Amino acid sequence: MSAQLYELFIAPFSEFVFMQRALWGILVLSISATPVGVFLTLRRMSLTGDAMAHAILPGAAIGFLISGLSVTAMTIGGIVAGCVVAVLAGMVARHSNAEEDSSLAAFYLLSLAIGVLIISANGSNVDLLHVLFGSTLALNDDALILLTIIATISILALAILYRPLVMECVDPHFFKTISKLSAVAHYGFLLLVVLNLVAGFHALGTLMAVGLMILPAAIARFWSNRLGGMLFVAFITAVISGYFGLFLSYHASLATSPAIVLVLGILYIISLIFGRQGGLIFKNNS
Amino acid sequence: MFKSTLTSSMIILGLSTSSAVMAEQKIAVISSFSILGDLVSEVGQEHVNVTNLVKIDGDAHVFNPTPQDAKAISKAQLVVTNGLQFEGWMPRLIEAANYQGVQVVAANGIEEISTKEGHSCGHAHHDDEHKHHDNEHKHHDDEHEHHDDEHAHHDDEHAHHDGEHKHHDGEHEHHEHAHHDHGDIDPHAWHSIKNVKVYVHNIAKGLIQVDPENTNDYQQNAKDYIQKLDKLELKLSAQLATVPEAQRKVITPHAAFGYFARDFNVTFLAPQGTSTGSEASAADVAALIKQIRHDNVNAVFMENIADNRLIEQISRETGVKVGGKLYSDALSAADEPAATYLKMMQYNVDTIVNALHK
Repeated sequence: MSAQLYELFIAPFSEFVFMQRALWGILVLSISATPVGVFLTLRRMSLTGDAMAHAILPGAAIGFLISGLSVTAMTIGGIVAGCVVAVLAGMVARHSNAEEDSSLAAFYLLSLAIGVLIISANGSNVDLLHVLFGSTLALNDDALILLTIIATISILALAILYRPLVMECVDPHFFKTISKLSAVAHYGFLLLVVLNLVAGFHALGTLMAVGLMILPAAIARFWSNRLGGMLFVAFITAVISGYFGLFLSYHASLATSPAIVLVLGILYIISLIFGRQGGLIFKNNS
Repeated sequence: MFKSTLTSSMIILGLSTSSAVMAEQKIAVISSFSILGDLVSEVGQEHVNVTNLVKIDGDAHVFNPTPQDAKAISKAQLVVTNGLQFEGWMPRLIEAANYQGVQVVAANGIEEISTKEGHSCGHAHHDDEHKHHDNEHKHHDDEHEHHDDEHAHHDDEHAHHDGEHKHHDGEHEHHEHAHHDHGDIDPHAWHSIKNVKVYVHNIAKGLIQVDPENTNDYQQNAKDYIQKLDKLELKLSAQLATVPEAQRKVITPHAAFGYFARDFNVTFLAPQGTSTGSEASAADVAALIKQIRHDNVNAVFMENIADNRLIEQISRETGVKVGGKLYSDALSAADEPAATYLKMMQYNVDTIVNALHK
């Protein structure tokens, strides 16, 4: 019995290095991306993650054009493009009448268009969109090191920004009037979003990376009404989904990154129904 | 003396006028990707002006046409595509460009390989090494049965492929048949030199239809080129014969070499299916790695159009060295080793044989 269980659950990971690498990538990404996702959902900015995922495309494309499939070049390009969009959108929102969501939408669409333009102009190359759609199974040393560095940076940054961020979540307008840290927290946080998405696209592809960021946070919301609890639940769900996504991909022969996000989706639906905090069944009690 | 100057001057005159006429009347041909483009220019030579939609080193599985492409098509006199659903974007583009002229589907009449039974990711699921060669033979049987079922012209087609390549006109009759069973057929038919001879016939026919005046030239060019193909085929077979059959197992990123495998008895395995658009699952990669360990696969290769990171991962995991880069679905730039179809085939075989000898 235990031998069978070992065969089923452990053997795929003990036998193949690429599975270990994939699991390590997901684990590291979960550490840094899920807290960012929790803050995003608490600030009602879930879709910002999606927008930013598109915004980093032209940067990654330029990086790709300059030095091919180099992890470093695509990362730097992605971070620069993401930051430009985040800062522009934020500045427009803070200094004009436009709402942040509409200015962000405008800039990310612009960015996306430039990205597609750059890729198409150089049509003779490997299709970058495909490259951006995940390569969990092909994480090389460079990508793993990069993931780990980004995770470390974002955990440290989150620790520093924790207080201001909580204030921003609770009452951004009040916080803006009493402290100059508001802007620091805001832009610092957006930078973290960009960093984690760039890390995510090496592991899962840009769009799936948003899934690993937002879905665990959305799930956690159904199980805890305390920030600490949410952060913990989100991290655990992400890791479990990462494991079972790979597990499914291995045993049922499914493409890896969609499998991971699908497991997250299933957990989300379960939480939606059975969640203790505002789930459909317990809604009246809470 | 006088006579000879007259003739020579006539020759010069004749040449210059004819070349001037040619310069004006070059047939504008659009080919969907670089390998086809090379074949068209071989057959058309100085009479044609070929434009490839998907450029060198480009991936025709996924392609974003621009208005320039549509414009080029609407002005073309002949459009050459591979067919077998290789360029899924082509019918829409032709419709959008409102192109009414002659179309050549180059792969019409070739002996198709089904991907379901073929050398695609399906192979990766067999853990057992003995099964391999049996399987390969089985594929052939399957195909033949398949043809029995569906083709009234079954015998015709086989006569064409198995026998000496008579230039009969029967190919066009196969047009209707080539359209059955969409999606299950491996489109990378040009990796078989036998098939490319069919390609050349189809292209010559299309050119003759558009430009009947130069019929003789086209026929002659096609004939010359087919001779070159014959020579190359013999040479490549001889080169591969130096490697024992049991050792002829290689890995490529996407399953592009099914026809090559059939012709030269090489087993190709790939984590991706026949289109670069698909994503590999952990199961596929794991099965492939298991198989490499059991079967003593000797080389893994990169491709010029594919995402090679997965291959690097497999190489790292199994310790099998990367044997080089194969050109699968596109030619290289002129200064690289696979600038024409002939060079590409030669280069691929050289690369494979070199890697397997180590």
